[in-house]
Amino acid sequence: MADYLPHTPAEIDEMLAFLGMDSLDQLFAHIPPAVRLSQGLDLPEGMSEPDVAALFTRYTSANQSKASEMTCFAGAGVYDHEVPAVVKMLAGRSEFVTAYTPYQPEVAQGVLQAIFEYQTLITRLSGLPIPNASLYDAATGLVEALNMAHGATTRQKMVISAGVHPHWREVAKTFARGTGHEIVEVALKDGVTDWGSVDASNAAAIVASYPNYLGVLEDMSGAKALAVANDALFVLGADPVAAGVLKTAGQWGADIFVGEGQPFGTPLAFGGPFLGLFACTSEQTRRLPGRIVGETLDSNGRRSFVTTLRAREQDIRREKATSNVCTNQTLMAVTAAIQLGWLGTQGLREVATRCAQGAHYLFDELVKIEGVRAVSTQPFFREFAVRIGHDASTVLLTMANDGVLGGVSVAALTGDPDPSLDGEVDEVLLVTVTERRTKEEIDRYVEVLRKAIGQ
Amino acid sequence: MTSRALSGGRAASAPLLGHETEPTIFEMSVPGRSAYQLRTTNVPATALAELIPAAHLNGDVLDIAEVSERDLVAHFTRLSHRQFSVDLGMYPLGSCTMKYNPKFCDAVANDPGLNSVHPASPAELTQGWLELLVTLEETLCAVTGMAAATLQPAAGAAGELTGLLLMRAYHSANGDPRRRILIPDSAHGTNPASVTLGGYEVTTIPSNDRGLVDLEKLKASLGPDVAGIMLTNPNTLGLFEEEITEIAAAVHEVGGLLYYDGANLNAILGVVRPGDMGFDIVHMNLHKTFATPHGGGGPGAGPVAVSQRLVDFLPGPKATRVEDGTHAWVKPSRSIGRVHGWHGNAMVLARALAYIDVHGGDGLTRVAKYAVLNANWLRHRLRATLPAAYDRVCMHECVLTATPLKNAYGVRGLDVAKALLEEGFHSPTVYFPLIVEEALMFEPTETESLQTLEALAEAIERIAQRAIDDPDGLHRAPQTTPVSRVDEARAARHLIPTEDAASR
Repeated sequence: MADYLPHTPAEIDEMLAFLGMDSLDQLFAHIPPAVRLSQGLDLPEGMSEPDVAALFTRYTSANQSKASEMTCFAGAGVYDHEVPAVVKMLAGRSEFVTAYTPYQPEVAQGVLQAIFEYQTLITRLSGLPIPNASLYDAATGLVEALNMAHGATTRQKMVISAGVHPHWREVAKTFARGTGHEIVEVALKDGVTDWGSVDASNAAAIVASYPNYLGVLEDMSGAKALAVANDALFVLGADPVAAGVLKTAGQWGADIFVGEGQPFGTPLAFGGPFLGLFACTSEQTRRLPGRIVGETLDSNGRRSFVTTLRAREQDIRREKATSNVCTNQTLMAVTAAIQLGWLGTQGLREVATRCAQGAHYLFDELVKIEGVRAVSTQPFFREFAVRIGHDASTVLLTMANDGVLGGVSVAALTGDPDPSLDGEVDEVLLVTVTERRTKEEIDRYVEVLRKAIGQ
Repeated sequence: MTSRALSGGRAASAPLLGHETEPTIFEMSVPGRSAYQLRTTNVPATALAELIPAAHLNGDVLDIAEVSERDLVAHFTRLSHRQFSVDLGMYPLGSCTMKYNPKFCDAVANDPGLNSVHPASPAELTQGWLELLVTLEETLCAVTGMAAATLQPAAGAAGELTGLLLMRAYHSANGDPRRRILIPDSAHGTNPASVTLGGYEVTTIPSNDRGLVDLEKLKASLGPDVAGIMLTNPNTLGLFEEEITEIAAAVHEVGGLLYYDGANLNAILGVVRPGDMGFDIVHMNLHKTFATPHGGGGPGAGPVAVSQRLVDFLPGPKATRVEDGTHAWVKPSRSIGRVHGWHGNAMVLARALAYIDVHGGDGLTRVAKYAVLNANWLRHRLRATLPAAYDRVCMHECVLTATPLKNAYGVRGLDVAKALLEEGFHSPTVYFPLIVEEALMFEPTETESLQTLEALAEAIERIAQRAIDDPDGLHRAPQTTPVSRVDEARAARHLIPTEDAASR
């Protein structure tokens, strides 16, 4: 009997006697017998921790692509950045890990102040003044942004660049089934959104991505102009690491910023839990989804922090609420604040710069290979797409045999035919370089890819 | 400026030594100081301006903060000292299931074999993860009595909305999406908010004098435009809906579906399953029932399990066991699509599976039984001090009321909750459910010992005595915590969400 329950048989008897009962089953006597389980759950018996640990090696050993053993060049919104011991240790402190949502601010100043610092950092990275305390991930953050745009304009047409991550777009379409939003996707030409091809009249939001999911840095002034001309909100999904050196969402004129916060201290984690970054202009404050922490004073005049603007939230507004978000991703937000504190002003710049340097070095080497060509002629930041003349999924498996996770197959990412690309999508490989990749690793990548495609 | 920066190494702000506030990391920042260390890469250090057109570069330096590693550690360690947590003490927040989070489950999830896997890796290279997900899905179906599940929703509220979209897809496939969802007046606030986002209207069903759904009023609200009902069972009063089979029959009779809000699943593990009660859709809060850490307000995980007729609509792609025994991503034939950027909160899912494996079917049943035992013991122990709103056997939580203290001494439920903080316990959930006056909702969970329950009861008795002796003192509680009662109205009136707003 392995578990975490403190009750001794004598104590159970004592507690039951106090209740005037003689068996635990009496506590459930009011449940109709017709629905009760007679045989218990159809699950194996409990096991000790070491036995479960042994069982789990079955899973861990079958995950060939772990970045701990393979050199990772995969990105698509999820990046293999340095996470130092100090960040893991601090973010792993059980006071942060095992706390609940800060409903009692007098005993939750730790989490509340950490979120306040996180919020400050997100507004600086986004260039927009009103943050929230985080959302589940970037994709669901985009859904909240669309709902905010609907609230601000009462319109339902959402004009979304096909340069926005395919999964984000898919999630937006799923939730539009409930809200009734009309999603209009705008195709890419040479990796750049063809804004001129779309009728944006009566749009609630113009949505773009910077860089776009193919890595391309689009000039965002076109998207902004389109939003202004149609009195729509400009929603920009941006790589928060890029903000270390590139223009922020605010500088491009965005009304709402969404982003994936995974690059700030969260491991690859097979896709979650990640961190939905969100910030907006002060005009949209009352429509903000999720929680927000504000500074105030305690009854003795000391600075303190508390979740605020609570009147927007679902537990108070119920069916009139514009978001149902309750739990968010606080631990990842705290982790991001710690990681950014560790990086500091210079560290973030250096990480962003090294990503760009590594990606451009690899790009230049790859396009020298016969049969490999760039998908776009446009500038990029840390990621780029290339056509490799072979099925990308197959090539990735071949490269894996040489210990290299060679990127992401765009066809696997987009699934169905997608307005972001034309031609042979199966041959498109999305490749990322982070600050962790050495010149030696990058040179080896080139060799391994050459071998995989027979060049 | 260096001279104005506050000390990063001064421990006086820790509650251990006093009541000083902790500076923000920005107040500790000194230009030129740093903590980061990166790999030596030997990648050519080409100037950015040669790689990226000037139109994209930010002319300004983005100011983050500049601290040493030592100060970073001290700052966040001191912040952690200003934070209550399950590991520190009892956290009897009703509806939140703040049970002990086994360290083993964290360790399992943090194995690089799970933690360092990129979510876009080809399925051929992530067979371990896919098998884990399939195993968890099968396990959750066994616990709930359902046919299949999606593991994508990142939290309970995300699961609710997913469930409602499944309802809509099912009814739409039958030619009529329908219009209304029924919800009891005791429901969590996320329920009605999710209903609106699912494109439905809420019809509220009143509770009867036993704190249960009023079956006759429910029947009167039913009609061909009802898409379904959302129920929490046991409900938010901690009471089991004894007429659940009658409710299920009535809703199914008009072609509606039953949605089970799994917030209170901890009470019934191994005792009764939602599927056997007639539910069609079930969301689970793995961070409650299966003890994954709450992280100060997330991450959670809100898988949704469904009955056979909804299986084809589930979000996808789903990890699926294929004929040759390997695993692949498969999209259900009429899938509503993705509800998460990747595969859900995978690390939370792995923790939950480890927790379930340790307990097994027998252990999970003990979890429910001891949780219910603890709640009933506490309810009975406190009956003279804080009477139960409905004084009969409850499930895993009990809703007590401070009305007697309010009427006699002017001491409200909030005062009791705040005074408990001074006693070293976290507060219960206050003023919820909305239908109980001065509600204090206690969920002790199964991992608290009899000695801890007794200590909590004695603390509440001391507070009740203070209500007689010094009610004004209670209105000022807590005073021994890192900060005293905070001015929430001020925070809302003058919003300061960032350091930059504060210094303006």
